[in-house]
This record gives sequence, structure tokens and C-alpha cells, in this order.
Amino acid sequence: MQTYVPAKRVITMHDRPIDQRIHDFYEVDDGLTPEEAIAEAKRCLQCKKPLCVKGCPVSIDIPAFIREVAAGDFKKAAEIIKEQNMLPAICGRVCPQEVQCEGECLLGLKEKPISIGELERFVADTERTNGMVLPKKNASTGRRVAVVGAGPAGLTASAELARMGYHVTLFESLHAAGGVLMYGIPAFRLPKDIVKAEIDAVLSLGVELKLNHLVGRSVTVKELLSYDAVFLGTGAGLPYFMGLPGENLPGVYSANEFLTRVNLMHADQFPSFDTPVKKGSRVVVAGGGNVAMDAARVARRLGGKVTLVYRRREEDLPARKAESLRAKEEGIEFVMCVNPVKILGDGAITGVECVRMEMCELDQSGRPEPAPIEGSHFTIDADVFIAAIGQGPNPLLISEIPELIRGKRGNVVVDSEYRTSLPKFFAGGDVATGAATVILAMGAAKSAAQAIDKMLRE
Amino acid sequence: MYSIQKAGQLADKVYQMWVKAPHVAHHAQAGQFVIFRIDEKGERIPLTISAVDGDSFRVIFMTIGKTTTHLAALKAGDHIQDVAGPLGKPSETHKFGTCVLVGGGVGTASLPIIARALKNAGNRVIGIVGARNAGLLILEDEMSKACDELLISTDDGTKGFHGFAADLLKQVMAREQVNAVWIIGPAMMMKVTCEVTRPAGIKTFVSLNPVMVDGTGMCGSCRVIVDGETKFACVDGPEFDAHKVDFNLLMGRLRTYQPEEKESLESYNANLCACKAGDHHA
Ligand SMILES: Cc1cc2nc3c(=O)[nH]c(=O)nc-3n(C[C@H](O)[C@H](O)[C@H](O)COP(=O)(O)OP(=O)(O)OC[C@H]3O[C@@H](n4cnc5c(N)ncnc54)[C@H](O)[C@@H]3O)c2cc1C
Ligand SMILES: Cc1cc2nc3c(=O)[nH]c(=O)nc-3n(C[C@H](O)[C@H](O)[C@H](O)COP(=O)(O)OP(=O)(O)OC[C@H]3O[C@@H](n4cnc5c(N)ncnc54)[C@H](O)[C@@H]3O)c2cc1C
Ligand code: SF4
Ligand code: SF4
Ligand code: FES
Repeated sequence: MQTYVPAKRVITMHDRPIDQRIHDFYEVDDGLTPEEAIAEAKRCLQCKKPLCVKGCPVSIDIPAFIREVAAGDFKKAAEIIKEQNMLPAICGRVCPQEVQCEGECLLGLKEKPISIGELERFVADTERTNGMVLPKKNASTGRRVAVVGAGPAGLTASAELARMGYHVTLFESLHAAGGVLMYGIPAFRLPKDIVKAEIDAVLSLGVELKLNHLVGRSVTVKELLSYDAVFLGTGAGLPYFMGLPGENLPGVYSANEFLTRVNLMHADQFPSFDTPVKKGSRVVVAGGGNVAMDAARVARRLGGKVTLVYRRREEDLPARKAESLRAKEEGIEFVMCVNPVKILGDGAITGVECVRMEMCELDQSGRPEPAPIEGSHFTIDADVFIAAIGQGPNPLLISEIPELIRGKRGNVVVDSEYRTSLPKFFAGGDVATGAATVILAMGAAKSAAQAIDKMLRE
Repeated sequence: MYSIQKAGQLADKVYQMWVKAPHVAHHAQAGQFVIFRIDEKGERIPLTISAVDGDSFRVIFMTIGKTTTHLAALKAGDHIQDVAGPLGKPSETHKFGTCVLVGGGVGTASLPIIARALKNAGNRVIGIVGARNAGLLILEDEMSKACDELLISTDDGTKGFHGFAADLLKQVMAREQVNAVWIIGPAMMMKVTCEVTRPAGIKTFVSLNPVMVDGTGMCGSCRVIVDGETKFACVDGPEFDAHKVDFNLLMGRLRTYQPEEKESLESYNANLCACKAGDHHA
């Protein structure tokens, strides 16, 4: 097994004890106290040309809000953040800050960067408990914009456009807004009442939310054309399967299905909630990204012994370091350089046949390409298998619009102003980039909203 | 919240319900379905759209587990928390010539809307409705109006032909040229009945009913194998070429949650009895 060197600062001091948190879905990390927040804020150099802001896709005025935190004016800090970001309690928790704002922070060169994400979270949490204040809104322009998909991209586009004075109708196919924030990311990383509160704030700007509306079916593309502009934020929700023999046996899940059953439908509380999920006693998760970590940690909380198999080395895991470390702490067994080749069982799954991998020549991304080692097959007993090997853009709506030019992986192709090949139609977030991050989706949506505004003013 | 306009029992364990949901009613086409979530704690369950009138649509369902039992207890004026749809691809209702629609049990609910669409496209439409006994037959009147001819079979001979719908289908094929067939009913019935049309190579559709969650192509719970390829029934179907479907896989996956389903229904019934006895703390 490879030795594993954690990055300088990957886990906060506020994680709840492991033996406690693996039995519930409450948040792992308790967050900063006001004293800690002020102390951390005081470390900020208040750079004249703040690099951190360059690392934030929604351009929060980071030094300005941190200055208010240092001065103890948390309300003012919240106002500054909300000018640019309507979902700060969410971003403070799930942004990969180490490669965004904190990755650029000047202090990171010498000591440790300012914990911008934690400060943002602290400010947002404090504002929420004291009552949220809405940002200013322009007078109505009388123009109507349709936004499709209520994930981070759609919510951000809606908020921006509503503030500019547009009448926004936001269509969502599920019974709850939030996209991956609701159905994908588990409550112990992102509590759902927090997601709901930030969504409510977006809606209170006057955004008209229509749940249970699958655009392409409940609303036709022709009906969309009656709006002055359309933003597509339909995400990358199409789960990939591995094409293994036995993959359709009961007990084999996509990470999306497993996570949706628990996060959105509350299957952890079955039969008090009606949706069931197979609570495996031995669970194998295939994959190495955030999605795989989330699936593994959820399975662990449902009481299973969980093994995570990944075809590359531990240092190649694409998941955030903090999350893979937490997963390991929680007792998830990491088996690296291994690939599943067959799901065993008859009527239900009994095990997963795997093969060991060796690292060969470098691939395009500069990482060594894994190749199976002949004769190294072995079996892991399992009654649940979860494939967390990635998702593609939701094909339903975009395949109903033949005029939309699509890329190789089915993603909607957009130009630098987020315009699609169909006039009036813009797109952003995972549907354009393929599975990425919350903050990149939000950044794209914000720029798209500005481009829509520009178009409608011309 | 979506209000229930009308509700009532049609046959033993079979109920109908009209629900007001303009986004569904205004866009529904033959062969499509909706997903209901009765309340905050409810499961998302798919039901076929069986008729449309103005802002409302109808579903017909059989009580088999917790959710359908709960649904059957709701009355006009009550509400369904969430109604998503219409979902799935519409039936291929272009001009074939002569079409036969075969319904087994509650599967018959899907047929009238398809029959009307096929009639409108200029087809001759023959309906075959099968049930275990006369008391379980549904939609006889509606089907006889929607079709050029309606044939009825019961397993016990209490009404119509004594035998299976598949036998009637054979009789029709023996007496005239059939160009397309729909078979909708329990998985086992579809599997067996579609063997009747296979040798003659008649285009045959079945509507698959795998377990679903979102119904929008995002989870893969509804995956079925058709012609050796994995398909998501909620977006690629639910109707598929009967002769290419792996029915054994479908039936196997339908059994996934059997122990949980039993537990769920038992706990629902237990609570119901306690409530009736006046103990609301149960
Ligand atoms: C398990 C998991 C964990 C993750 N963890 C992190 C993390 O820690 N940090 C991070 O930054 N990123 C994380 N991500 C990635 C991040 O969640 C996504 O990049 C982000 O949600 C993309 O936002 P979006 O708005 O483009 O799409 P989504 O969040 O996918 O939202 C799309 C919405 O559109 C709806 N929709 C789709 N089609 C239609 C239609 N035709 N009509 C109406 N509605 C429609 C969907 O139901 C959905 O609500 C994670 C992803 C997953 C799956
Ligand atoms: C596209 C489609 C259309 C359907 N149309 C009709 C219809 O018009 N009338 C009708 O009576 N039934 C229909 N069904 C089946 C119906 O969805 C199930 O009977 C219902 O979900 C059972 O729920 P329950 O809680 O009462 O039973 P449970 O006890 O939960 O389950 C009983 C059985 O129902 C099936 N089932 C359970 N959960 C689901 C689920 N989430 N999705 C799909 N199937 C499930 C399984 O076979 C299970 O063994 C349809 C199914 C599909 C996929
Ligand atoms: S939104 Fe994300 S990237 Fe921007 S400052 Fe907050 S944590 Fe950093
Ligand atoms: S780069 Fe770091 S130190 Fe400088 S303003 Fe930003 S957070 Fe403060
Ligand atoms: S029900 Fe989730 S993909 Fe079909």
C-alpha cells in the first residue's frame, strides 16, 4: 500500500467524534465559533490586489467581508457576500476551496491560507440564525426568462436575473429544488435545511418555481420559445454503468440511485419514510471521486462494512483530500489499484470479482494508465455494489432540441458568453462542462445571466 | 399540491382517480405515465395516464403495497403532494393497418388512450381484455367504444371466452391480417403472450413496469435490457419491442424490495388499525 501524505490543512479541528458521526446523518464538521472566526479573519493581510478573489468564480469581495468579520460585524459581512453569491452556506461547505479561493491566497505560500470557506460558512450560518436580509432588486423590466433545472446553476441564474428585474420561471423536474445539492450530496456534508433556506432566499426574490415539470415533456420546447430568453441548467445526472456481467442484479446501484434514495427520499428512515434501500452488510463502491466517497460514507452510516475499490493509486484519488481522509477515518477500507470485472450472484449479488491493476505509461492527463495484471483476480464478498464512475449530461431535453450543437460527451456546446447554437438559449453548469463543481456551475450561470441581460438590452 | 377530482373503486382491488394537474393533462399522450408522491414521506410511484379531460387526467391502479393502498383510501377533495409528468415516450401510434390491443388485469387501464390514438391515425383496432374472473374486468364500456371490436376472456369462464387473452389473440391472427400488437399487463403475462406474435414477426409492443425513482433518466433504477442493450424505461420507454425484451431480468429486478415492501405495508396497516381504535399515538 502506498504511503499517504495529507496536505497541509485538510481537516478542521471541528469534526465530531468518529464513533458518534458514523451512526447519524448530522453534519460532520461543527464550524467555527465567533471568537475563532474573528481570530482567523484577523490573519488576513487585506491584500491590495487580492489573489483570492481571482480564485473565486463568483468574485466575492473576500478581503472586504473578512474585514467585517475581523471587526465583528457579521451582518455587514453577509451583505457583502450576498452581493455576489446567494448560496454562501452551501459554498462555504462544498466548494473545493483548496483549488479555488484558498488555493490562490497569498498566505498559502508561507504558512496556511486563510480559511475563506469556513469564514463564509460562519457568516452565512450566523445570518441565517439571525434572519436573512434580501439583497436589493431592480424594478421590473417586463421581460420573461425561463430557467430549466433548479440546481446550483439554475438557482444562481434565477437569482441574478430576478435581481436585474426579469420575471423568472424556474422549472424543476423533481419534487424539490436544489439538484445535486438535494439528491446527491449527503446531509452530513450539507444539511438539507440549510439548502432549503438558501433556496427560499432565492425564491423570495420573486422567482416562480415550478416543481414536477420535466421540460421536454411537461413543457414543450415550443412553449420555451415564448420566453424572451432561456437558460438551460439541467446538469449531468445521467449515471454511467461499467458494463460488467451481473450489473443488473438486484443490489447493484448507480451512486445516483443509492444517494437519491437516501438523501432525497430518506430511505435511511424506512419504514417511517416509504422508500426502501438495500442496507448492505458488505458494500463495495467502485470509484474514487467525491461521489464515490459520499456513497461509501452513506453506506457506512446505514451500517455496512464498506470497501472502496479504485483502479489507480491513492494519490490519484480525484476526491477532495479532506473527504477521502474522513471516509478512511470512518472505517471505509480503501483497496487501490483494483478494478471490478464481474458482479457475482444469482437472483441477488453475493460478491464482486476484481482484478489488480498496475500503473503503466502516462495517459493524456499525465497520470499513469492502469492496466489489469493477468491472473490477479480475486473476489470481495458483497451484498450491495455501487458504481460511482461518473455521470454524463442529462440527455432528455437536449435531445429534444436538435438545433443544439453538442460535444463528444453529449454536453451542450456554448461560446464565451454561454450562448448555445440556438438563438435565445443559453446554458451553463454541468450540462455544458460535464460533471464539475457547484461553484463552477454558479460562476457560469452568473456570467450567462449577464449575457442574457446584455442581449435583452440590445 | 394537486387535488383529486374524483375517486372510486372499479373492481376488486382496482381503483380509479382523476387528478387535476394541467401540466400533465395538457401534454399527455398515449403510453405516457406520471409519478405520484402522496405526501412528504411518500415513495415516488409511477402510474400510467389512462385518460385525459381538460385540466385533469385519470389513473387506474391496483392495491398491492403500501402506496397503492394509501392511494385507494384517498377521496375526491383530498390532495396528492407531487405529480410529475407526463413521463416516458408516447406510444408509436402511426398508421399500421389492423392493431390488436391486449390488456391483462390492471394493464387494461393503459389501453383506451392508445386505442383512440390508433383510431385517429386511421387504424382498425381490436381490443382484447383478459381477467381472472368477471368481477375483475375493467373498462369494458370504454374499450368497446374506443375499439372497432372488443373481445373478452376470463380464466374461469365467468364472462366471455373461457381461457387466456393469448388464445383470443391467436384466434384473431388466424382469421385476419394483424399489423401491430400491444400487450400490457403483468410481466409474466406479457412474456408469455408476446410469444404468440413472435413466429409471425408481427410488430409487438409491451409497456414495462420496472421499479422507478425519479422517472427522468437520472438514477438507472428502471434499467431493462432490450436487444442486448441497457435502456432506462422511464426515458427510453416504457414501451419497447416485446420480442427483444429480457423479461427474466425485469421480473428478477421487480423482486428487489420484496421484504421491505412487506414490512412497509404491515407497518401501514398496523398504524391504520391503531388509529381506527382511537389510539393515535401508535
Ligand atoms: C454525490 C455528489 C457529490 C458532489 N460533491 C461536490 C462537492 O463536494 N463540491 C462541489 O463543488 N461539487 C460537488 N459535486 C458536483 C456538483 O454537485 C455539480 O457540479 C453541480 O451540482 C452542478 O450544478 P448544475 O446546476 O449544473 O446541475 P445539477 O445540480 O445536476 O442540477 C440540475 C437540475 O436540473 C434538473 N433537470 C434536469 N433536466 C431537467 C428538465 N428537462 N426539466 C426540468 N428540470 C431538469 C435536475 O432534476 C436537477 O435538479 C458533487 C456531485 C455529486 C453527484
Ligand atoms: C411506467 C409504469 C407504469 C405503471 N402503471 C401502473 C398503473 O397504471 N396501474 C398500476 O396499478 N400500477 C402501475 N405500475 C406499477 C406501480 O407503480 C406499482 O404497483 C406501485 O409502485 C406499487 O407501489 P406500492 O407501494 O403499493 O407497492 P410496493 O409494496 O412498494 O411494491 C409492490 C410491487 O410494485 C412494484 N413497485 C414497487 N415500487 C415501485 C416503484 N417505485 N416503481 C415501480 N414499481 C414499483 C414492484 O413490483 C413491487 O414488487 C406502473 C409501473 C411503471 C413502471
Ligand atoms: S464561493 Fe467558493 S470559491 Fe468563492 S470564496 Fe466562497 S468558498 Fe471560495
Ligand atoms: S489573498 Fe489571502 S491574505 Fe490576501 S486578501 Fe485574500 S484572503 Fe486575505
Ligand atoms: S427511474 Fe431513475 S432513471 Fe428511470
